[in-house]
Amino acid sequence: MNVFVNFLFVIVKNNIALLYGTVGEIVTEKSGSLNLGVEGTMAIGAIGGVLIGCKSGSLLVGILASFFFAALCGLFFAFMTVTLQANQNVTGLTITTFGLGMYYFIGNAFKNAGKWPTNNVVDSLNGMKPIEIPLLSKIPVIGKAFFSQNIFVYLGIIIAVVIWWYLKYTKPGLRIRAIGENPASADAVGVNITLYKYVHLMLGSGIMGIGGLLMALTLSGSFEGSKCWIDGFGWISIALVIFANWNTLLAIIGTLVFGLFNTLKVYGSTLADFYPKVFGWLNKIPPQFMQALPFIITAVVLVVSSISKRKTDEPAAIGRNYYREER
Amino acid sequence: MSNNIYAIELENITKTFGSVVANKNINLNVKQGEILALLGENGSGKTTLMNMLSGIYKPDSGTIKVNGVPVTIHSPEDSKKYGIGMVHQHFKLVDVFTAADNIWMGAQNAGLILKNDRYEKIAEISNKFGFEFNPRKVVSNMSVSEKQTLEILRVLYYGANVIILDEPTAVLTVQEIRKLFDVLRRMKEEGHSIIIITHKLNEVMEISDRVTILRKGEYIDTVNTSETNEQELTDLMVGHKVNLNIERVETSFDRPLLEIRNLTIKNDEGSKAIDDVNFYIRGGEILGVAGIAGCGQKELCEAIAGLRKIEDGQIIHKGENIVGLTPKAIIEKGISMSFIPEDRLGMGLAPSLSITDNMMLKNYNQGKSIFVDRDKARNKAQELIDRLGIVTPSTETPVRRLSGGNVQKVLVGREIDAGPNVIITAYPVRGLDINSSYAIYDILNEQKKDGVGILFVGEDLDVMLALCDKIMVLCHGKLMGVVHAHKATKEELGLMMTGAKDISEVNGKVAGIAKDSLIADSKEASDE
Repeated sequence: MNVFVNFLFVIVKNNIALLYGTVGEIVTEKSGSLNLGVEGTMAIGAIGGVLIGCKSGSLLVGILASFFFAALCGLFFAFMTVTLQANQNVTGLTITTFGLGMYYFIGNAFKNAGKWPTNNVVDSLNGMKPIEIPLLSKIPVIGKAFFSQNIFVYLGIIIAVVIWWYLKYTKPGLRIRAIGENPASADAVGVNITLYKYVHLMLGSGIMGIGGLLMALTLSGSFEGSKCWIDGFGWISIALVIFANWNTLLAIIGTLVFGLFNTLKVYGSTLADFYPKVFGWLNKIPPQFMQALPFIITAVVLVVSSISKRKTDEPAAIGRNYYREER
Repeated sequence: MSNNIYAIELENITKTFGSVVANKNINLNVKQGEILALLGENGSGKTTLMNMLSGIYKPDSGTIKVNGVPVTIHSPEDSKKYGIGMVHQHFKLVDVFTAADNIWMGAQNAGLILKNDRYEKIAEISNKFGFEFNPRKVVSNMSVSEKQTLEILRVLYYGANVIILDEPTAVLTVQEIRKLFDVLRRMKEEGHSIIIITHKLNEVMEISDRVTILRKGEYIDTVNTSETNEQELTDLMVGHKVNLNIERVETSFDRPLLEIRNLTIKNDEGSKAIDDVNFYIRGGEILGVAGIAGCGQKELCEAIAGLRKIEDGQIIHKGENIVGLTPKAIIEKGISMSFIPEDRLGMGLAPSLSITDNMMLKNYNQGKSIFVDRDKARNKAQELIDRLGIVTPSTETPVRRLSGGNVQKVLVGREIDAGPNVIITAYPVRGLDINSSYAIYDILNEQKKDGVGILFVGEDLDVMLALCDKIMVLCHGKLMGVVHAHKATKEELGLMMTGAKDISEVNGKVAGIAKDSLIADSKEASDE
């Protein structure tokens, strides 16, 4: 396989989890909530999905389980911020801390008991074999990179497109956007804000959870006691929401751009060795800088979008809890 | 439905917020196909009462009947179900949506998927009701009048039979008001019942069939519009003169301390909040500012304190123009401003900090050391507690734990502690009981004796008549005149507040310009 084509293939394969995190957070933020618990939610979804998925031996069950456990995080977030009116930032951070804690706790408990499902992971990985899309996968370069990927890549893009359509062209989508922009106006016309918020916060978190499972399976599902599978992708997802201007279609592009930098840090020297004329300069960049690059880009995106005068599609009521009788 | 059944009946409605009684045993009814005006001063509980019909608040006690059947309204959804629609004073629209989507988001019959024919459907309905209206227009590009039309169209689209409008004319031009009234009359002919909240008497007389009057959260009376007149309504609205026994200290006035000339200020929405206003305050004088809420009082206070940019005019302090100075420089000149907003803790004090810390907020930078002098501030706080009788466990208690009266004493006390020569105070007794109010009046009178000029923005006309030396009346940002408090009557003020009487210019003499002004005419000319 051509090294460059493989490079593109890896960009898509190894970073599509970002798309799940970003799309999940867009659903959350469009409903007017800022959930900083993406990292923890993905970790919970990952470990829940791996354990149950491997136990059952079915990838589909694993995906459903990851969605379910992550949605429980969304339920907690909704209960805290909608019902109890707690601060959204603190609740989100709580979920991150709690999620990572549970990840290490459960993972170590299984591993120390010798019950980590190493063998069954392989079965799940079978479900991750590339699926070649007829005709499209025959396109040179792009066909290999985009159309002979595993099920998660297709699923992620389908979810992104469906959510985009849902938010833009359906009545529940219209209502959830209204809640994110001006909850008092939605309330005044009789929209059940509590119900809508609960459903969409759980939906958003659930989508993040599938991304978590993907990350676990990409790393062969082997548990290391010191490093989490998610490895900062949850945080980058939050920044990607801004990069994508709260649009799930743009989130696909954002994922690829961030994926490019992410992949360069592990793939850069290979590229430089194979194409010294074009990519030789990559070897001159210190590896530490390459490691930090995705996070530097994240910071740059946040700064640029903050000082930019361009009107964004940020929901106007984001981060603020709604209380009807407030005076 | 026959006409003798009431569309809405409210019986003995009571609503309290904490210890504040917003509505007390209110009775109100609206017949089918009539326009009822709900009249009352600011804070009389009109909006609170109507919000119980629209499902925003729930009454503590009392009965709501719709078409004669008792109902419980838990939410705006319920309200919509019973055919009640409210056009709120602050529009409840999503700015980034089109007009059609703002209606569609609450429509029952709308399908799951948004189709483009929703625009035609909305246009159809708006034509039916006789509105000229572009359903594809995005709300943020709409004028205030268009937004209001959208709100009315929305409640009509939802099939409302009873339509409540909260101060619908406050933001409209004369022509737009005429158009609105045509719409209301047409709706009435079609059998809708309309409740219009207002404090403008001429509009009440023009549009309504009956008037229900509230005062300070209590039901006063309901009269037929055809059998009453503006004078009677004013009396009912403001009540009869009460003898409050507030002492008006006699002092000898100094030359003008603060003079305002041709002041024009814009509000946050960009329309004129204060329009070409003149007035002055002498040392040893309390000048009251009367006016319906939202007539530019807040903007005026902020402009003098340097917190708001002015569009035009001069603010002269001891003969020196202070326009454009920083708030800090203005404080150093001895002008202090205290504004008690509706939520009372919103401005001036940091609620979670102690009295001591709040004392330091204004003068923390006076000491030479880089450390703040807490001991000194604590002594000051203790002094204030003793002098004003502030009830608090200690100087270190967070301010938000004090009762409203004590919070306000802390605020006013801190302002006078700096030894100002001009005090701007807005609603200093807002929400206070009698005794706390008197404590505040005493503080102000004491300052007056010391030759301080005081601008007192007030709500209660009885208090202002008793406490102030002169009262200036604002109506929609315009000065209606300045009257001597001992000669003025409440009725006169009421008429001026509603714009029915304008004495800002009598026989060519413009109100609010001092004879012994410190502004030389040549200087004024060169400044403009």
